[in-house]
Amino acid sequence: MSLEEAARQARRRVLDMVYRSGSSHVGAALSLVEILVALYHAVLRADPSRPDAPGRDRLILSKAHGSAALYAVLAGRGFFPESRLLEYYSDGGSLPGHLDAASAPGIEFSAGSLGHGLGAALGMAVAGKKAGFGAFAVLGDGECNEGSVWEAAMLASHLGLDNLTVVIDCNKIQSFGRTEEVIDQRNLAGRWASFGWDAREADGHSFEQLLGALRAPRSGPRAVVAHTVKGRGISFMEDRLEWHYKSPDEKQYRAAMEELR
Amino acid sequence: MRGTFARVLCELAESDERVFLLTPDMGYSVLEGFAERFPGRFINTGIAEQNTVSVAAGLALCGRIVYVYSIIPFVTMRCYEQVRLDLAYNGARVRLVGIGAGLTYGSLGPSHHAYEDIALMRAVPGMRVLCPGDPFEVEQLMRQCHESDGPAYMRLGKNGEPRVHPDGARIRPGTAARVRSGSDLAIITTSNMLEQGAQWAERWKKEGIGAALYSMHTMKPFDERLVERLVRDGVPVVTLEEHSAVGGLGSCVAEAAARTGLPARIKSVSLRDEFSHLVGGHEYQRREAGLLEPPDLGGLGLR
Repeated sequence: MSLEEAARQARRRVLDMVYRSGSSHVGAALSLVEILVALYHAVLRADPSRPDAPGRDRLILSKAHGSAALYAVLAGRGFFPESRLLEYYSDGGSLPGHLDAASAPGIEFSAGSLGHGLGAALGMAVAGKKAGFGAFAVLGDGECNEGSVWEAAMLASHLGLDNLTVVIDCNKIQSFGRTEEVIDQRNLAGRWASFGWDAREADGHSFEQLLGALRAPRSGPRAVVAHTVKGRGISFMEDRLEWHYKSPDEKQYRAAMEELR
Repeated sequence: MRGTFARVLCELAESDERVFLLTPDMGYSVLEGFAERFPGRFINTGIAEQNTVSVAAGLALCGRIVYVYSIIPFVTMRCYEQVRLDLAYNGARVRLVGIGAGLTYGSLGPSHHAYEDIALMRAVPGMRVLCPGDPFEVEQLMRQCHESDGPAYMRLGKNGEPRVHPDGARIRPGTAARVRSGSDLAIITTSNMLEQGAQWAERWKKEGIGAALYSMHTMKPFDERLVERLVRDGVPVVTLEEHSAVGGLGSCVAEAAARTGLPARIKSVSLRDEFSHLVGGHEYQRREAGLLEPPDLGGLGLR
């Protein structure tokens, strides 16, 4: 299966889950799809049949409100059966709106409050230096408002952790407005570079660009500022704040699935 | 207690390669020994407590047993959400070690005082709360809780506290340690007030009052059975702690007593629910807070 096809299927699963459960955050999940597909299908050393293997690469989805995308990609990779996705965000279900590591194989870290995941990934990278595995954290651009992100950024470059990677899903919209209106971060890659990271920018919906940035040789921690579109893939959701909150009604769901055929 | 912690941690690290020590830039004259002996397992994470706790969680989830050392408010309150989520929700085997119980840092002021830490830490699901009363309890609790699952918080005083327990004493986590017997009333202390409780028991003995003394070195899980037993036997209880009246030992004892449904006689001695605006050392602040003089036992109806 091509990466593009994996992404298309993941988007359809996300739409299904969000529509069925009436959950929010669909826009934030859709912007993440290519990032997670690239990582889980082409970068991470991860074996779905051995999700607890000690030498596996670790990935923390720090912007855990995008959980639907992670569940969809993990199911696509075979970490758990696709039928588990029916248990998303529902009474008596098993996959919560934010992440609970106890909920399903492949969820490395329980998260939901922003600004926690990079530090935890840093700790995993310290352990991984000796054991030979890598650690990845996926953050939102709004999440970079959190001071704790920059505490971790400082320490990671100081420790020279070349097995630590952060990918920032830079969809330009945060909870209450456009990121540039809330706190202007148009120079986000420059900020990571100034903190001592090997910072690169990429089109976050282009596998070629994402994989190029993720795989390039490096000497320290790597930051990939992935420029994305919130709600990507559904024309009427793209780049619109309201899809941080809304869930599609039946008509919108059908229209969206039509676009993802 | 601080010196005992540093020594025991080195001994644990010697025999257990999983031991890691992180500090957000604290521990001058305390942690150098560990840092020199185990440089690959020591990180000064800089003055950044939130990140320090997150890093500790990441290491713990990769099989390490991680100790984080700082002054109490910085290792509990500054990073409370990281403690709640990264450690407790994730079940990370991290031991937060805080120094400066209560008013220990006297003249440095309320930023460095710790009156609320027990309440905060015991409110976190899955958090073990250790409040040793002397260096012997520090060592025993560290060794016995080293491998226990999930996070723990250990509240230390400073350096130079005397050993209160006699030779051959046994400490079991989760069970209050009886330091002396007496049938007229029971004093229960926690953390760094154990020595003071022993002095009160001695003084009351001279007045003809036989006071048992218990050290509640584990505040969570709390030894409710001790309280149940005392209440059922009709023994008046005096609690003593260098912590606010909100959510500490007095609260725990009263909660446990309330669950029995029986009348109980409890006198709680603690700090008031307020910041100290006094300038002065530890002893001075303790005296002004009313922690040094034994309380009036009049209302307890001693036999």
